[in-house]
Amino acid sequence: MPKLNTLRLTLTAICAGMLSALSPAQAEETVHLYNWNDYFAPNTLQEFQKQTGIRPVLDLYDTNDVLEAKLFAGKSGYDVVFPTSRPFGARQIQAGLYQPLDKAKLTGLDKMDPAVMASLKELDPDNAHLVPYLLGTTGLGINTAKVKEALGEGAATDTWAILFDPAQAAKLKGCGISMLDDATEAFAAALAYLGKDPNSRSEADLAAAEKVLKDARKNIRYFHSSQYIGDLANGDLCVAHGYSGDILQARSRAAEANKGVAVGFNIPKEGAVLATDVMAIPKDAPNPAAANAFIAFILQPAVIAEITDNVKYANANTAATPLVAESVRTDPGIYPAAAVKEKLIVLKTPKDKEQRNLNRLWTRIKTGR
Amino acid sequence: MKALLAKLHLRDRHLSRALNIGTPYLWLGLFFLLPFAIVLHISLAETALAQPPYTSLWQWVDDGILQIRLNLPNFITVFSDDLYLAAFLNSLWVALVCTVACLLIGYPMAYAIATAPERHRIVLLMLIILPFWTSFLIRVYAWIGILGPSGLLNNFLMWLGAIDTPLTILHTQTAIYIGVVYSYLPFMILPLYANLTRLDFSLLEAAADLGCRPFKAFLKVTLPLSLPGIVAGSMLVFIPVVGEFVIPDLLGGPDSLMIGKILWTEFFSNKDWPLAAALAICLLGLLVVPFVLMQRLENRIGGDEL
Repeated sequence: MPKLNTLRLTLTAICAGMLSALSPAQAEETVHLYNWNDYFAPNTLQEFQKQTGIRPVLDLYDTNDVLEAKLFAGKSGYDVVFPTSRPFGARQIQAGLYQPLDKAKLTGLDKMDPAVMASLKELDPDNAHLVPYLLGTTGLGINTAKVKEALGEGAATDTWAILFDPAQAAKLKGCGISMLDDATEAFAAALAYLGKDPNSRSEADLAAAEKVLKDARKNIRYFHSSQYIGDLANGDLCVAHGYSGDILQARSRAAEANKGVAVGFNIPKEGAVLATDVMAIPKDAPNPAAANAFIAFILQPAVIAEITDNVKYANANTAATPLVAESVRTDPGIYPAAAVKEKLIVLKTPKDKEQRNLNRLWTRIKTGR
Repeated sequence: MKALLAKLHLRDRHLSRALNIGTPYLWLGLFFLLPFAIVLHISLAETALAQPPYTSLWQWVDDGILQIRLNLPNFITVFSDDLYLAAFLNSLWVALVCTVACLLIGYPMAYAIATAPERHRIVLLMLIILPFWTSFLIRVYAWIGILGPSGLLNNFLMWLGAIDTPLTILHTQTAIYIGVVYSYLPFMILPLYANLTRLDFSLLEAAADLGCRPFKAFLKVTLPLSLPGIVAGSMLVFIPVVGEFVIPDLLGGPDSLMIGKILWTEFFSNKDWPLAAALAICLLGLLVVPFVLMQRLENRIGGDEL
């Protein structure tokens, strides 16, 4: 219901599949993709099939956890996956879940933003396994009219306080607040709100963040990682803690529906998590050659620019930036200004025990125990 | 010659008997005991950053010594952390509430179908079974559209003027009750119907002839005779609901702590397969007890009938 884009994509993939099923019998090559919901342009897969003759098959997920569980179980059957580099990609490389890229065939890799490549090198020596796909931030989606009504004219909305300050959140509770169901994101936001290091795992800092989140909980309608897209667009939520592109897609959908819902996206001034999603080929991918071909296709500036235009996430391809629509290129929610960029949070990879502890705290917070 | 044939015949009979008895056991072994053994094996392992994400229980050290490490802390964690106990208890509570609700709604429906004229029965049964033709997931999703703040129900009530602000039903435990009762009602109705159609209604006439009022006759005759149907229906609802994941995930809110969701967190967010497996083993233990008790009850009822 909320995932019109997803539906459209799936239908496209199915139609593409049916069309090719009708064409004369030849040993048909397929590439199995496992990507986030709403993360390709509507024509991306069709265009790939037209260029290469390889039939793409797409499955979708809405949290890194599901992807990671499938990769760890092994024999996922996917050729290209799109994990978030930190902490997921880093951990998956440590566990040896990916195979090295065939870089000789990846022309265009040299056009990638050197800063992004350098950042990835910290977890992936020689950039051997991961290719940057899209970049986004985690911030606040806002139903501008309803928030103004609840908080009053001129109240600041570019702050985590609207989520974590009990006085403000209580006023917004009635029209609905949602948070991502993700321990790392939730704690990073709470620690940033407190002015502490968002990567801190010290007991005192975690206890302080836990208190903030526990107090916030009673004002939160639900914890979910994709449902807010539709609810924001319909006006069923007034504040959503979510991924930049998802919120901006909700903004576009609200504008298309033209029912008087206006959605805004704000990067909180205390700092927000910067996520780099990457492409990688699982170790046991059935068709690594086709996977390489798909990554090479995405490296084409025109292709990735089209994706950025549609899904509202920035890309790391310097050759593609001029091809991105101007309204998108100049949107501070998609391509943040330099001053905002400095405050963005780059997550560290926690130890297994730390992650476990964090998830445990998170379950307690969510269930109010 | 005759003796030989008889012998062969006897052997044949033994063989077919062995096959008859063996098949269910083979089924049980292949689809229950084997998976159970695998889960038990994982529950005794340790987590590891590898594929698969747990350690092997045994390894050969030199000189042909087989070393087996059984890791019990997973079970200790399950019992010492009150989160799991709370989740188990809430799951049992939800299952109990929903089973009773299904029984209260399902019994009259099953009774009405069983006593309806023969030609109507098939249509009524179809109406119960027809929703199965739509995917379970889509039917649960539909409830999001019905129960949401700007959903069908709230819009309808506001149109009627019964309420001014939307009721918060979606993302609460109430939404789980509604979703579960809706989804599992047929599992209550069908066994009850099967039982009630076999009911000898002349017994009720006899009761009436002897001066028993209809309600008392229902309590004294119909209800006890339909007990096997009630037990079967209740088990079909109760047992899967305890471990239900999809409905609480889609309709429930942050408060609704259910063991299915906890299992998901351990498996997906924590990548702790051993702990998830230990939880699954405990859940199984928890469900086997009421199952055995009900089986006993059923046997006793069956014994009485003879």
